[in-house]
Amino acid sequence: MINKMEAKHLDFYYKDTQALFNINLPVEKNAVTALIGPSGCGKSTFLRTLNRMNDVIEKTKVVGEVLMDNKNIYDPDVDPVELRKKVGMVFQQPNPFPISIFDNIAYGPRIHGIKNKQKLQELVESSLKSAALWDEVKDRLHDSALGLSGGQQQRLVIARVLAVEPEMILMDEPASALDPISTSKLEELVRELKNNYTIVIVTHNMQQAARISDYTSFFLNGKLIEYDQTNIIFTAPREKQTEDYITGRFG
Amino acid sequence: MSRKLKEKIGFGSLAVCTFLAIIPVLLIIAYLIYVGGPAITWEFITQPPHGFLKEGGIFPAIIGTLGLTTGTIIVALPLGIGTAIYLVEYSKQNFFTTLIRIAIINLAGVPSVVYGLFGLGLFVLMLNFGRSLVAGALTLGFLTLPVIISAAEEALIAVPDDYRNASLALGATHWQTISRIVLPTAMPSILTGAILGIGRAAGETAPIMFTCAAIYIPSLPNSIFDQVMALPYHLYAVATQVPNVPESKAFGAAIVLIAIVCGLNLIAIIIRTKMRLKNTR
Ligand SMILES: Nc1ncnc2c1ncn2[C@@H]1O[C@H](COP(=O)(O)OP(=O)(O)O)[C@@H](O)[C@H]1O
Ligand SMILES: [Mg+2]
Repeated sequence: MINKMEAKHLDFYYKDTQALFNINLPVEKNAVTALIGPSGCGKSTFLRTLNRMNDVIEKTKVVGEVLMDNKNIYDPDVDPVELRKKVGMVFQQPNPFPISIFDNIAYGPRIHGIKNKQKLQELVESSLKSAALWDEVKDRLHDSALGLSGGQQQRLVIARVLAVEPEMILMDEPASALDPISTSKLEELVRELKNNYTIVIVTHNMQQAARISDYTSFFLNGKLIEYDQTNIIFTAPREKQTEDYITGRFG
Repeated sequence: MSRKLKEKIGFGSLAVCTFLAIIPVLLIIAYLIYVGGPAITWEFITQPPHGFLKEGGIFPAIIGTLGLTTGTIIVALPLGIGTAIYLVEYSKQNFFTTLIRIAIINLAGVPSVVYGLFGLGLFVLMLNFGRSLVAGALTLGFLTLPVIISAAEEALIAVPDDYRNASLALGATHWQTISRIVLPTAMPSILTGAILGIGRAAGETAPIMFTCAAIYIPSLPNSIFDQVMALPYHLYAVATQVPNVPESKAFGAAIVLIAIVCGLNLIAIIIRTKMRLKNTR
């Protein structure tokens, strides 16, 4: 197994409050790693340490390392802007910009300096196709993205991430605002995408984690309780706390 | 008393309040049109005055007011938007920014005549612009600045953080995020607020009295360092300074001034609806 990323002795603080405690977690390349755990346990916080989106929040502190291809992304010579180009992120609420579908997808490539119309066109089309949205929007690329349904918006956001040609995609409960049909489409997409990308996904839905992930990590109170192959976590967890959580016997 | 009756009385009294509130506006407009309407002719709008305001039109005053308004926009819009961006997007909350905010709030409450004196001291005398279009525009610009800063601040704050996060997560820099996503999203509300503020400035008399406006210059200005006539000051002049000007001429000028301000407000409304339609189409 090849690790795309690895957190090592990672602590994280909001002001004086510690939110993550000594996290050690590998993220395998071209696989789906799920983060599960009760709300407030630090899943989102951990996810944001992987693309340094926590840097945006004032008065936060990181201790320890996150290695990406064996290079610590918190080294002083790493530019978080460049890092985020390689590590895309999909948020809980679909957040398309209030501009056209085309411009949403082209936004990333444009800010990274691509001006060629032909190239942009190709990127938009291929990204929408990879995100399984092309057929639904190909006739209205220049309409506002806000006119799409929630499920379509979330796939649009994924297409927008793909257009930047990242190596990894982080997803923070991407299906929590979606209806069941949109959710299953999204899950299918995630399974599809892992062939080309390394994916880390936060979910509060255990069936979802079981369906789409190869590895699962269980967080509790800012600590990583258990990490293993998904089928092992869901059939034979080592820790009692994990078992209690996945069987729903959790206070 | 039944709930239905209470509701009726509640709504009824609110309707009465609304009615009372618009009565003065309607009365003012009706009176203006009644007295000043006959003065509004093609000649009145397009010809310069002669006979020391007693005859002829108000063309130079219209041009002067339009020039001052344009100058106000050029001064206040970039400065105001820039300040708001700095305050909302860049500066952290600290003593210094709190001080700036308090200063801005207080500036908005400073009487316009004080701005006039400030403009006289700084632009006319110290910077030696003389009484001129440029001194007047700068003074009106500073007068409008607090309004524009506040409007822009509110508009920027109203842009959801989701947009900023999405942009940053795509590898955009802070400045790219502001210039390409945040500012365009906030622009309709910024412009609406700004134009309302500028419309207010277009009708101010005191600030231009000391810095720019002349009672009687039948010719148009040649440069921005010339004095100009302007509608609000013209109104003041014909009403109090120059004897024996027909009343209808003063009220005619007032109608034109109101039309210009309403025109600005109309532009604000059009910009807002257009941009909204574009964003949600
Ligand atoms: N921006 C923030 N500022 C301060 N505390 C935060 C912030 N975001 C999250 N927290 C705290 O960190 C802890 C972990 O939160 P989070 O990572 O959002 O959990 P999860 O995603 O598992 O629900 C919680 O106690 C939460 O209150
Ligand atoms: Mg969360």
